[in-house]
Amino acid sequence: MGFFTDTSVCIGCKACEVACKEWNAVPEDGLEFTGMSYDNTQGLGADTWRHVAFIEQSKPIGQNETGVDHGAADQGAAAGAGGMRWLMASDVCKHCTHAACLDVCPTGSLFRTEFGTVVVQEDICNGCGYCVPACPYGVIDQRKGDGRAWKCTLCYDRIGVGQEPACAKACPTDSIQFGPLDELRERAAMRVDQLHGLGVEDARLYGQDPDDGVGGDGAFFLLLDEPEVYGLPPDPVVTTRDLPSMWRHAGVAAAALLGGLATVFAAHGREGGAR
Amino acid sequence: MSSSEVGKEGVRGERPGREAQIGKGLRGRGRRRGGRGEKAMVPEAEFTSYYGKPILNPPVWKSLDIAGYFFLGGLAGAGSVLAAGAQLTGRTAAARALKISSLAAIGGSTAALVHDLGRPERFYNMLRVMKPTSPMSVGSWLLAAYGPAAGAAAALEVTGLLPRLGRAATAGAAVLGPAVAAYTAVLAADTAVPAWHEAHRELPFVFVGSAAAAAAGMALVAAPVRENAPMRTAAVFGAGLELAAAAVLERRAGLAAEPYRRGRAGAYMRAGEVLSAAGTAGCVLLGGRSRAAAALSGAALLASSACTRFGVFHAGVQSAEDPKYTVVPQRERLAARGPGPTREP
Repeated sequence: MGFFTDTSVCIGCKACEVACKEWNAVPEDGLEFTGMSYDNTQGLGADTWRHVAFIEQSKPIGQNETGVDHGAADQGAAAGAGGMRWLMASDVCKHCTHAACLDVCPTGSLFRTEFGTVVVQEDICNGCGYCVPACPYGVIDQRKGDGRAWKCTLCYDRIGVGQEPACAKACPTDSIQFGPLDELRERAAMRVDQLHGLGVEDARLYGQDPDDGVGGDGAFFLLLDEPEVYGLPPDPVVTTRDLPSMWRHAGVAAAALLGGLATVFAAHGREGGAR
Repeated sequence: MSSSEVGKEGVRGERPGREAQIGKGLRGRGRRRGGRGEKAMVPEAEFTSYYGKPILNPPVWKSLDIAGYFFLGGLAGAGSVLAAGAQLTGRTAAARALKISSLAAIGGSTAALVHDLGRPERFYNMLRVMKPTSPMSVGSWLLAAYGPAAGAAAALEVTGLLPRLGRAATAGAAVLGPAVAAYTAVLAADTAVPAWHEAHRELPFVFVGSAAAAAAGMALVAAPVRENAPMRTAAVFGAGLELAAAAVLERRAGLAAEPYRRGRAGAYMRAGEVLSAAGTAGCVLLGGRSRAAAALSGAALLASSACTRFGVFHAGVQSAEDPKYTVVPQRERLAARGPGPTREP
């Protein structure tokens, strides 16, 4: 099971953020006014499991007629602009097929559920913090004052009793869709074709490809611009893909240390010897 | 409706007289920190980001705990190898001092690791499972094997009891020690942090070289001059390996090597190089003649190893905090792969 987030119909209401916080009893994490658009949440973290990004661009969507013609009135800098568009996108944990956080967790606190999602067992996590820099998306984080790692569970408790996750339930435009991944991928492909037909050439899917660096995301997206515009990595790769090579290099290095120092002592011989 | 555009540098095309500045009130959004006369090795890369915010969550590890853990683990591991070599070649005072320093260092590094946990009282959960995919799990089991061996080697040396078991513990610690010194490089590299992950081939060699230099430094501090000849050679070996591996790293890691030369990480790395050169030169030239010069050189080598570990740690943090190091290499990777599903608008 997973999410398909169609950002082309997101209206930035942040109902998903609120519903997630309410249902999962996620604590308040600062009431900062960023002044960088209407987004004061800023990004995913231990106490933000859904985050709606706001991007303002001087560019129309598809064949939209944006802006208002004020005739001869002075429009300041807006004069001659081709209109503008707002991109809004609800970000969430990707529940990767090859999940770095799960791979590197030393306690087995992170596990793969029967729904194919990735969840932290909070009664096991000892707050080692290893999963935090391992995540290529910057999702999971350590909660201040609590010390343990937290992230979206894809509402493990709700989907266990046949309910949909709180964010999907609360989404008024069905931007967040929940269901079996193959079904969602089919629906997403149709939606991209539809948008391309409407002249929205920028529409593309992100994280739907099972052959990508993380084996496909359990939560994938339809975006209207490059992923990094939304704060998503353009080509994420699970860090453990290179782990065999890392262990090999470390093994050679360890052997070099042992061999090198053994050679040093062999060359010097017993105490009172040369040099 | 205004057509102002919000980018990393602020607002373009804003209306005159607008007072609310985009991006005000955000922490740590300076363009170039620590740019004191530093020349960029590569031209500033053009890339887009979400208001300049990092893509990755930077490590939550405390630098003193984790860089200290890297340093002490290396000191202990390489120290056990030197201790076994010293014992086999009849340098008893050096062997004794190194066994004690290895036990102290591994104790300190374990304490630092536990102190850094969000829930220290649950540290024993590290041994709940055995996971080759988790360097921290592998490392925990490694410490569980190495710690008692190093402890027994030191305790039996000091008390003089059970000499045969003491020799076995010394040998065991010497075999496990290099693994303890090297695995911490994998611990750092097995993350999405660009400066660490992109350096995963060279980092183990930087770490074991640094460990050998530190342990040789400890021997120069703690052992008499008549026993320190191999220690001086070991210092040259370690410092040379560390320096060579770091040079290869900076040539091969591309953009991810940049943080190693910038800001706090750059300062630590440079300090490490200077101290390493001073310590190596000092011990080679004077370490065989004067106890004071040997001790001073040893202290410089120890400090150099600590600086390198802190430099590597901070380079990682810096590379995670700037989206440039995440986005640009991944963009280049995509471009090299040819036209994919993404379309240029």
